[in-house]
Amino acid sequence: MNTSSYFQAPVQDRGGPAQPLLVVRDLKKHFPVRGGPLERTKKFVHAVDGVSFSVPKGKTLGIVGESGCGKSTTARLIARLMSADAGNMVFDGEGVDEFGGIRLKEFRRNLQMVFQDSFASLNPRLTIAETIAYGPRVHGMPAAEAMRQAHELLARVGLAPEQFASRYPHELSGGQRQRVNIARALAFDPRLVILDEAVAALDKSVQAQVLNLLQELKAERQLTYLFISHDLHVVHYISDYVMVMYLGQVVETGPVERIYGQAAHPYTRALLSAVPSMDPDNRTLASPLAGDPPNPINPPSGCRFHDRCPHAHPVCADKAPALIGMPGAPAHQAACHLNDPASGHPAALSEIQP
Amino acid sequence: MSTPLVSLQDLSVQFFGSRNACALNAVNIELGAGEVLGLLGESGSGKSVTLRTLLRLHPERTTRIQGRMLVDGQDVLALRGRALDFYRGGTVSMVFQEPGLAFDPVYTIGQQITEAIRAHEAVDEASARAQALQMLERVQIPQAKRRFDAYPHELSGGMRQRAMIALALACKPKLLLADEPTTALDATVQIQILLLLRELQRETGMSVIFVTHDIAAAVEVADRIAVMYAGRIIEQGPVGQIVRTPRHPYTAGLLAATVGTENRGQPLLAVPGSPPDLAALPPGCSFAPRCVHASERCRREVPPLQSVGTQALACWHPITPLAEAA
Repeated sequence: MNTSSYFQAPVQDRGGPAQPLLVVRDLKKHFPVRGGPLERTKKFVHAVDGVSFSVPKGKTLGIVGESGCGKSTTARLIARLMSADAGNMVFDGEGVDEFGGIRLKEFRRNLQMVFQDSFASLNPRLTIAETIAYGPRVHGMPAAEAMRQAHELLARVGLAPEQFASRYPHELSGGQRQRVNIARALAFDPRLVILDEAVAALDKSVQAQVLNLLQELKAERQLTYLFISHDLHVVHYISDYVMVMYLGQVVETGPVERIYGQAAHPYTRALLSAVPSMDPDNRTLASPLAGDPPNPINPPSGCRFHDRCPHAHPVCADKAPALIGMPGAPAHQAACHLNDPASGHPAALSEIQP
Repeated sequence: MSTPLVSLQDLSVQFFGSRNACALNAVNIELGAGEVLGLLGESGSGKSVTLRTLLRLHPERTTRIQGRMLVDGQDVLALRGRALDFYRGGTVSMVFQEPGLAFDPVYTIGQQITEAIRAHEAVDEASARAQALQMLERVQIPQAKRRFDAYPHELSGGMRQRAMIALALACKPKLLLADEPTTALDATVQIQILLLLRELQRETGMSVIFVTHDIAAAVEVADRIAVMYAGRIIEQGPVGQIVRTPRHPYTAGLLAATVGTENRGQPLLAVPGSPPDLAALPPGCSFAPRCVHASERCRREVPPLQSVGTQALACWHPITPLAEAA
């Protein structure tokens, strides 16, 4: 299906296979907190605090973390649904919305997003075929052509057009609505799709169907996914690379088998062992972490995880660890003093019991 | 087994109004004292309706309840007035999915727990407050004294759910109904709440009905699991049996669709289709339209729930028949 001829410039590969599709550098977003009239200092929620990463072409980067760690804000900043306070992005070798780079309108056509709440993200007054055709029409596609494409996309995501095209969102089940959202995201032939908790609200049996669909579409259309989820199983299943976030910062990132096999950050290990076991004879006996994530308004000094960390040492409160590559696996990076012999942590680089 | 604490006999619930829906169809559940039952199912399978019916929370005008409900020897459907008030919270109490919505935002959590205690027991304010504080400590809320005077919005999600559990247990109920208590929580907090529930259950010896759509969470706390589909119980058995040798094709499908470490990168064996519309249930087995083993008989006749020992099954073509194991 060639839809790109209606747009000014065709969506195509520019940087070659080695160029990451998206490079994000030092992204920051601080939300001001409305305080009382007597408060002198203005407070900020450090939602995203210096996040850098890159997404290779045709791969899936999974972002995991607890609620409030800044995963969704990161996604919204990348999609430019809100403006970042600092940081820049390079999309396939071109700076986004910079002089000489890719223009915002074109960038948005290359990037589409699927949200968690399938109902809230559809217009209740448009039929689903109209919803899918809406975006391309705004970008200049003739109405009849956009409608024809919408029908094709509906068929592709497993909703028979003759049966579903003229329905309204409230007439569909959650799984069907999420398929519509995926079809809408595909209407532009995007190269990067951000899936923000896209399967979290679905029932298990339906979730599996949608995950299968996502995998098929990725292979078919050479898509790159940014998959955000708090469900570690799903991230493990779908991702090639995983990034773990904690309080607005990246604590660990690397290939999926390294993160799930040899996690280097204590937080990642705790997160992984918090998953309920499926074996009734071998139940979880102790919780790996106590308490809730701290308040992002006043993040702890030094390493932000130090007050929940079993390996914390005074040096952790003084000095923030940098994201450094693991020995022998430079793609696997962790921000923990334990992995840095020069950090001054007494247990650094020794055998750590998880 | 002596007389069970909870016994639901052929319980059916219908909602009528602009559209009629059969939310529960002849559900039979028996639960002994000190037992933990996991009620597993997708949305719309009737698990929450079962809990709400047990507390009689549905508006009477638009709900038709048939069958019998006995809890601790009382006929729940016959309760009226004060007796019903004492039953709710005193005998049976509930933990809701969304603790942010279940608390009253204009009272501190301490006030709310104190109020619940005083409504059920003849105690003065001071000792009710002391009891409430003790409850908060028991659910391991850090700095319980300070949190006692906190409003619900000042607490984090995990802390609020702990406070909710403290409120539910304040009047020492014999049965705790937990309606997806961990679904809205993060993984690291979820495991804490599951461990807490398990510990409190062991300490108090109460019975628990734990509703969830997450098999893994049910495995962590339940002794027995009942799988629901479209308002019916389709399979019941000890946790180990359900997880290792599911008998109903739907249970097997659910387990196969669970994403694990083993099936990375391979297509998942998803159950096709979506759950049926409760307003228009098929005449036969409600799972038949999605079932790979479905035959003509499945579409015509509803399979009865047959039980052998602690296990029960409602299927014409089970993966492993019931009698084999018995």
